[in-house]
Parts: sequence; C-alpha cells; structure tokens
Amino acid sequence: MLDECYYKKADEIIAGYGKKPSSLIPIMQDIQAEYRYLPGELLTYVAKQIGISESKAYSVATFYENFSFEEKGKYVIKVCDGTACHVRKSAPILEAFQKELGLSAKKHTTDDMLFTVETVSCLGACGLAPTVMVNEEVHPKMTPEAALDLIHELRGDRND
Amino acid sequence: MGVITIDGRKVEFTDERNLLTIIRKAGIDIPTLCYHSELSTFGACRLCMVEDERGRMFASCSEEPRDGMVIRTNTEKLRKYRKLIIELLLAAHCRDCLTCEKSGDCNLQTLAKRFGIMRVRFQNYKEQMPLDFSSPSIVRDPNKCILCGNCVRVCSELQGIEAINFANRGAEAMVMPAFDKPIGETDCVNCGQCRVFCPTGAISIHHNRTEVWNLLGDPDVRVIAQVAPAVRVAVGAAFGLPKGKSVMGKIANVLRRIGFDEVYDTTFGADLTIMEEASEFVDRVENGGTLPLLTSCCPAWVKYVGDQFPELTPNVSTCRSPQGMLSAVTKEYYRDPANNPDGRRTVMVSIMPCTAKKMEAKRPNSFTEGEQDTDYVLTTTELIDMIRTSGIDFANLEPEASDIPFGLGSGGGVIFGVSGGVTEAVLRRITEGHDQETLDRIAACGVREDEFIREFSVPYKDRELNICVVSGLADAGKLMKEVESGEKHFDLIEVMACRRGCIMGGGQPRLAGDRTKAARRDGIYKADHSSVIRKCNENPTILSLYDGMLKGKEHKLLHNESFCAE
Repeated sequence: MLDECYYKKADEIIAGYGKKPSSLIPIMQDIQAEYRYLPGELLTYVAKQIGISESKAYSVATFYENFSFEEKGKYVIKVCDGTACHVRKSAPILEAFQKELGLSAKKHTTDDMLFTVETVSCLGACGLAPTVMVNEEVHPKMTPEAALDLIHELRGDRND
Repeated sequence: MGVITIDGRKVEFTDERNLLTIIRKAGIDIPTLCYHSELSTFGACRLCMVEDERGRMFASCSEEPRDGMVIRTNTEKLRKYRKLIIELLLAAHCRDCLTCEKSGDCNLQTLAKRFGIMRVRFQNYKEQMPLDFSSPSIVRDPNKCILCGNCVRVCSELQGIEAINFANRGAEAMVMPAFDKPIGETDCVNCGQCRVFCPTGAISIHHNRTEVWNLLGDPDVRVIAQVAPAVRVAVGAAFGLPKGKSVMGKIANVLRRIGFDEVYDTTFGADLTIMEEASEFVDRVENGGTLPLLTSCCPAWVKYVGDQFPELTPNVSTCRSPQGMLSAVTKEYYRDPANNPDGRRTVMVSIMPCTAKKMEAKRPNSFTEGEQDTDYVLTTTELIDMIRTSGIDFANLEPEASDIPFGLGSGGGVIFGVSGGVTEAVLRRITEGHDQETLDRIAACGVREDEFIREFSVPYKDRELNICVVSGLADAGKLMKEVESGEKHFDLIEVMACRRGCIMGGGQPRLAGDRTKAARRDGIYKADHSSVIRKCNENPTILSLYDGMLKGKEHKLLHNESFCAE
C-alpha cells in the first residue's frame, strides 16, 4: 500500500488536467516526473478517477518505453546507445557503470537506491557523443574512466 | 447503393458496412481471423486482402464499398500473401494441435489446412509463458495468442468490462489483464465470450470432464445431471442433426448411458425461480419495495453488479438461479434417508450453456448446510466432448423422459434460454389464464423483439409495469447509469450477460453464424410451444413440492441474503 500522500499528489495532478480519459498520458508523465517512476497502485487509482479501465491504462503505460513501474535510484544514469554514440564506443562506458555498481542488463538499480543505469536510443546530442545523462544534466564526450570519476563524485555528494 | 464487380461478376450492394460483407454475401468465404460483424473493425490479420484492377491490395474489412469497384478475391498474389501470413502466425504459435482444447474448433487450424500449409519455414523464438488457470471458467494460454484482439474488443465493446487488453509493444506485445494479474483476480465476470470469439486455443473453457468421468465410475456416488434449456437446442448440430432442434430426450438417454443415475431438467429449477421471483416482484410493486427489481439468474451479470454498481445490490432479486434452486432442492431431497435408502453420496452435475455457472457453483452463497449445492458444472461443449468420447451414436438415440421428481418443467421454464424469457415467464405467472390467446398477447408485448435493449410496458391491475430486457453487459451498464441518474424508471429489468441470452452463452459450441443464432432461438420457442404445461404455477410437481418438502424451507433453499456479499 502506498502512503496517503501519493494519492493526494495524484489528486492534485488529476485536477490540473481534468477527469477525462484523454488526460491519462500527461497525468502519468507528471506522476513519473514527481517520483521518477510510475507506482502501479497510482496507475490503478488514476484509471478509476478518469473513468477508464485498469487494463487500458496498463496497456498505454506499457506501450511507451518511457514509463517505468520500477522504482528508480536517486541518480538515473542514461547511457546513450544511439548510432553516433555507439560508434564512438558507448558500450565500454555502459560496462564501466555496470561493473562499478554491480548492475547488469536485468538489474538496473543498486540496492541502496542511489543509482539506476539504463540505455537510451538517442539523446539528440550526437555532436557530443558518446553522451551520458544523469537526471537532467548532460555529460558529453564520456570515457569509461570519466564514468568512474562521475560515480565517485556522485557518491561523494552523499557523504557531504 | 451500387454495383461492384467481384471476380468478374457483378454484385449489387446497398448499405453494407464494408466490402468484406458484400464479398461474403456473394458466396465467397474470404478468410479472416480478426473480423467479427458485432465488433469494431480492427484490420489486424490482413487475411481479407483483395486486389483491384491495378494490382493494388487492401483489406476488404476496412474498405468502404464504392459503386463501380472492380476487385478480385483469389489471385495468385493474394493466395501467396495469405499463405505467408498464416505461415508467419504459425511460426510464433504453439503447434501442439493434437493436445489442444480447441483442436477441431480452431480457426487458425482450419485456415492452415485450407491454405495447404505443410511446413513452417521459420523458427519459433518466442519464450514459453505459463498458462493461467486462476479462473474456474476459462483458461488462458498466451502461447497460442495471435493478437487478433477479438477477446479485447468483445470484453470492452460488448461486455463493457475490459478485463484484458494489449500490453507492451512490438514483438513483446501480449494480451493480458492489467499488471499481468491472474484473470481470476480481475473484474472478469466469467461470461466466456472471449473464448467464443478467440479463434485459437489462447482462451478455452476450464473443463471439468475428468472429475465427472471419475464420479460416473464410482458405485458409491449417485450422480445426478440437470440440463439447462439452452443446452438442448445446441447439442444436436454437433451430431449432424438440424440446427436449433431441441434434443432434450436424446440428452436424457445419452446421459443415462454414460453413467448418470438421474437426469433432471433445469426448467424445473426455472419454474421454482419464477414462483419465487414473481412473488418477490409483486410484493415489491404492491408494498413499495426497492425497484427496479433486477433479475439474478445470470451469474456473470450478478458479479458485474457487485463489481461495478454495488449500490444497486438491494435491487437484485434474492432468488437463487434455476441451477442453484434445483441443486439445493435435490440435495435436500436426498438428505432424507427415506429417499436415499442405500446411503449413497449425491453429486450434482449441471450441464449449462455457460462458463460463469462454474463460478456461481463455487460462490459462498451457493452452499446449503455447508455443502456445495452444485458440485460440478459442465458446459454444452464439454457434454458434446463426452458424448464423442463415449462413441454413442447420438443422432439415432431414442428420446427418453427426464426423471421424477424434478424432471418436468413448464414452457415458461424453457424460455429462460433466450433473452426476455425470464420476463415472459414472470408475466405468464402474474397474468390470469393460460389459453393460447393470453400467451400470444404476452409474447407480443415487446418481450420478444430483436433489439438488445427492449423497453415496454404491460398493464397490471390498475397500473402499468415498466419493463426492460437487456442482453450484453455493455448495454446493461449504460442502462444502469440511466437508472441511477433517474433518467429512466423501470419496475423490472432482466439482464443476461451474453447477447441474445443463454443460447449464445460462453459455453455453447463456437462458430455460430446468423442462421444458428436464429435456429437456437426458434428451437427454444418451439420447445415452449409444444410443452403441455406453459406456466410454472400449473406444474403439478412444483405445486406438490410447495405443499410438501419445501414447506418452511423456501428461504433456506431458494433464496440468498445478498448476492454480492463476496
């Protein structure tokens, strides 16, 4: 069961778009922006509030790669694996992140909920390839070494 | 209006919704897997492609007919194209046809044979998924799903529930309930229409044949069958008899041959239902009770009310269904040692057109004195399978009568099998007289119209009774909203979850076209017409039951405190 405050937040977001089926996607986007993931119970709640079936809401949420039902870490690291980044060796960067954090293609988030590592198809910053994004911040021309430095730096943040 | 040239022959058309309908009317069985006349057009399977005079191909299901069109339906290019589609579908499909529940009844299998697919050139890379046995009514096998979307559309468009939908995208797309929950834990009402519309074995009946066969061989058990009205008009066609012909006598015969000890008729239970429901209705009308009274015979509908309109549960009749009443009364009868001298255990097996009855039998309020009233429910389809297993020449069996004391029902009980039947039987009960003229007048009041929502009124004493008969839960849901908002007022609303009523239930033989639908309906009305007794309150066994065993036990055996208490 989610805490009451999640439903309050959802109510605020729903009120902003109106209780109608067409509000589904913007509501889901706002919820995900708030919590960095889409809690399943909230999706069920939203579906009921805007008058669509739970299975319909689930259908839409799973259609788009962008929505995630899994809780994400504090830092979401998106390693671009688009064509430009790929030919400029993004794969070793991804490996470096995964090795350092003990993650894999199946396990995306560290147990301490600090880091989530995932790949994206293109960040639209091909001139800066290979590119990595940490939350809203872009890191251009990455290397495996720079990736490790980045992790250390972010971990250091926590110790401050 | 206009003329289309199909394969070199001129074909006239009027207001057909698409090209496909015209082609089929012209006598060409163009293949489809995702098209259904009662559902929205989906255009997923691409098998109904046709070619125009310039060699362009398009799906005839999604093409509006235009005057002067010239099309071909069977060119080399089209055959090759269709064959490839089927081959690709088979590539990602479980091919264990020999052990598939839908074998022999599968549209994909039929098309593979029709197009002569002898070999599948592609490897199946699909991961094997577990089957979902969580529902007592249906089994989902995702490995056999071809993503035609029929189940998704029937569940949302006709039933208004949308328990399942597509999830994920591209090669990972699948049909499933939200969050891949077991279907038994969703708002699914167990109506089984998805199984009727599913062209493959992806959704099939959760069968209970094995359990029943085992009981039939047990000498310490008295196995009793009860046969629902809609079953008798759907079995014959499977054995080469005319569509819609009532074969209750043959069913009684075959059931005894395969080992049932007694064969009772659910129409007797229906008569009990009408006795109780009509009294309840009259009582509510005359004494200011909660109206409209909502019928309670259809378990899918009852679950739907509980899930979607809980505030209307006081409106639902407290009567058990015909299946529930007959089972409870039968079990009570054999609890008396005088009726059970050899002390055998009594097991009640009901044979129903319905998958939801399997769920009803397990509902907490389907128990009397801690004992489950109906032990097993077999659908019509399972009965046909069992007759085939036995090898008995069904078509040539002599008709036999059902057993006493619960084998005789009235014509009013038989018409429970069609939408409107319960209402018509109630009207017969509360109307004086049983001559043909009276019965014809009742039949003509609007209760037998073709629409899925029928509103009409009939005179009763010094007032008018406003009645609505609806079949299909999406339409029922719309109606309930209008009732709740006060937009519409009714005294009685009969709801059957499946369109046209039980004759088109989720457990009936599949692939019923328009002619079969009409034949089953006519078969029910003919069986009513040829009944000696037409009204429940003139059924002598009913009357003697009320004078005897039932005295003081009406509430215990025939009613529920609340239907939606689960």
